[in-house]
Amino acid sequence: MSNLITDYVASIRNRNSVFEFIEPQDNPKLDVRKGCILYIEDVNVSFDGFKAINDLNLYVNDGELRCIIGPNGAGKTTMMDIITGKTKPDSGSVYFGQRIDLLNLSEPEIAQAGIGRKFQKPTVFEEQSVFSNLELAMAGKKKVLPLLLAKLSADELQGIEETLELIGLKEQRLLRAGALSHGQKQWLEIGMLIMQKPKLLLVDEPVAGMTHQEMDRTAELLISLEGKHSVVVVEHDMDFVRSIARTVTVLHQGSVLAEGTMDEVQANQEVREVYLGE
Amino acid sequence: MSLVSTQQINPIQETIFNRSTVLFLTVLAFVSVFVVICNQFVPVGSALHIPTYTVTLLGKYLTFALLAVSIDLIWGYLGILSLGHGAFFALGGYAMGMYLMRQIGDRGVYGDPVLPDFMVFLNWDELPWFWHGFDMFGLSMLMVVLVPGLLAFLFGWLTFRSRVTGVYLSIITQALTYALMLAFYRNEMGFGGNNGLTDFKDILGFDLQSDATRLTLFLLSAIALALGYIACRYIVTSKLGRVALAIRDAESRTRFIGYKVENVKLWIWSFSAALAGIAGALYVPQVGIINPNEFSPLNSIEMVVWVALGGRATLYGAVIGAVVVNYAKTYFTGALPEVWLFALGGLFIVTTIFLPKGIAGLLSRKEQRA
Repeated sequence: MSNLITDYVASIRNRNSVFEFIEPQDNPKLDVRKGCILYIEDVNVSFDGFKAINDLNLYVNDGELRCIIGPNGAGKTTMMDIITGKTKPDSGSVYFGQRIDLLNLSEPEIAQAGIGRKFQKPTVFEEQSVFSNLELAMAGKKKVLPLLLAKLSADELQGIEETLELIGLKEQRLLRAGALSHGQKQWLEIGMLIMQKPKLLLVDEPVAGMTHQEMDRTAELLISLEGKHSVVVVEHDMDFVRSIARTVTVLHQGSVLAEGTMDEVQANQEVREVYLGE
Repeated sequence: MSLVSTQQINPIQETIFNRSTVLFLTVLAFVSVFVVICNQFVPVGSALHIPTYTVTLLGKYLTFALLAVSIDLIWGYLGILSLGHGAFFALGGYAMGMYLMRQIGDRGVYGDPVLPDFMVFLNWDELPWFWHGFDMFGLSMLMVVLVPGLLAFLFGWLTFRSRVTGVYLSIITQALTYALMLAFYRNEMGFGGNNGLTDFKDILGFDLQSDATRLTLFLLSAIALALGYIACRYIVTSKLGRVALAIRDAESRTRFIGYKVENVKLWIWSFSAALAGIAGALYVPQVGIINPNEFSPLNSIEMVVWVALGGRATLYGAVIGAVVVNYAKTYFTGALPEVWLFALGGLFIVTTIFLPKGIAGLLSRKEQRA
């Protein structure tokens, strides 16, 4: 009891903000006051002598939609693996905001901290409805007893409906997820990511195998996320990248070759040589 | 009606008492009342009269049905294929058997007021510590649930945490029941060795041979089945049930979303084991014996066949499978004993090839066409 009181007094004493409830409920440690949500500095990774990542430096701004391109073996997927904790780098530092050191966290802890990842191959729960898929992915209580007693609150229901709207699967909400088309599954997977309320979304090749119409829809979807979430997209399809990218980073042999708008990058002589094949 | 066969699934409208559950409970209630009337009020000699022997046989089927429901809960909805569920059934049965043994008192062959006959025969002079308290009905009934539940909890805690899944887990469950069988065969274990526990006289003072007691046991089995069924429906229609389905279909993906897969498995698995224990406790007073043969891996495999034949992930399919296979078993072992195992094998092959979703799949397909 006395602990509670002293804690409370301490919390009143060093108040930086007054109306806490109007601020988004993010990870309390996540500090993006410098405007940067992801810091990757001097990172090196080698697999059996092969340098997959070579002195990589990359910064992603809060709320930004960033595209990362590069030829095969440039280290795009390895970079994603490092951010999500799947691979530990040999040296360097990776920070989420200014204060969260991602290299000290496990995969689930990183997911909890607010980094969501969509893998190349979509995996949705095929035997369950689109609605259930989103409900399952929803951030919230995940212990056994609360799950047994869980009732969907009006807020949660609204959150699911909004996401259904966003990913354009409102009509299919009660359809078995296994019956969706490939493109729809990709959107559902992005929707599941959104339900986890991550601050940073890592999206690996979202339009692989999609038709042109589906690609346009995906572009709209990703652009609509910009601002609320920071999004990092790894993609091969240049038309698609052109349609969504504000800033493009070109990776080559494990480090950043060029960075800028699509036009700047395409005008860059080095990029033309290694990537655009000229 | 089954999750697999329909394209439209509404999780919000998925209630505990859906059509199949209401239908099942109605049929169960109707059959129970019918059996009571035909046993008690239809005169002997009439074509409709059901002898007490048949009532007890039906009661036995009902306990098997409850056992099948407990297996369907973990196999159909959680993806754990247990080839050792007979162990939990038998442990529940032994707990009940120990109570019934203590009730015999000095009416045994050797007339010892405390020690069961087999202990006198082995020249033991006092009750082993784990037999104390089994003269109390309440405590014994607690053990019926606790012993299988705790063993399952311990087993699950060790295996699920080590992420043992699929066929490896099935093999370990089989090893578990086999090890228990070997242990219970030993006289030194203090559970009556290969003869098991038998020669029961009464339960709570009611004579086990009397028609009224047997009818009551039948009705209790029906009630236990109904309640167990509803409890399982409650679990599978809750969000926990949807997480279980997610684990069944894509375990690592579920983990990635942030669910503690081990814990979900552990609790549902332990609940299923406790349910199997209750079924075993109702089985023993009706058949009058429990011996280590109940632990035999073959029994556990047969139980899985019931569920496969009836249809997985429907619950009512498990009930149908248990009743159909056991009725066939009763019929064949009476009429053509040597044919039974072939018939069981044939049944299993036919189901696997022509009815992958079991009898329940056939029923729901008919319904969709209609």
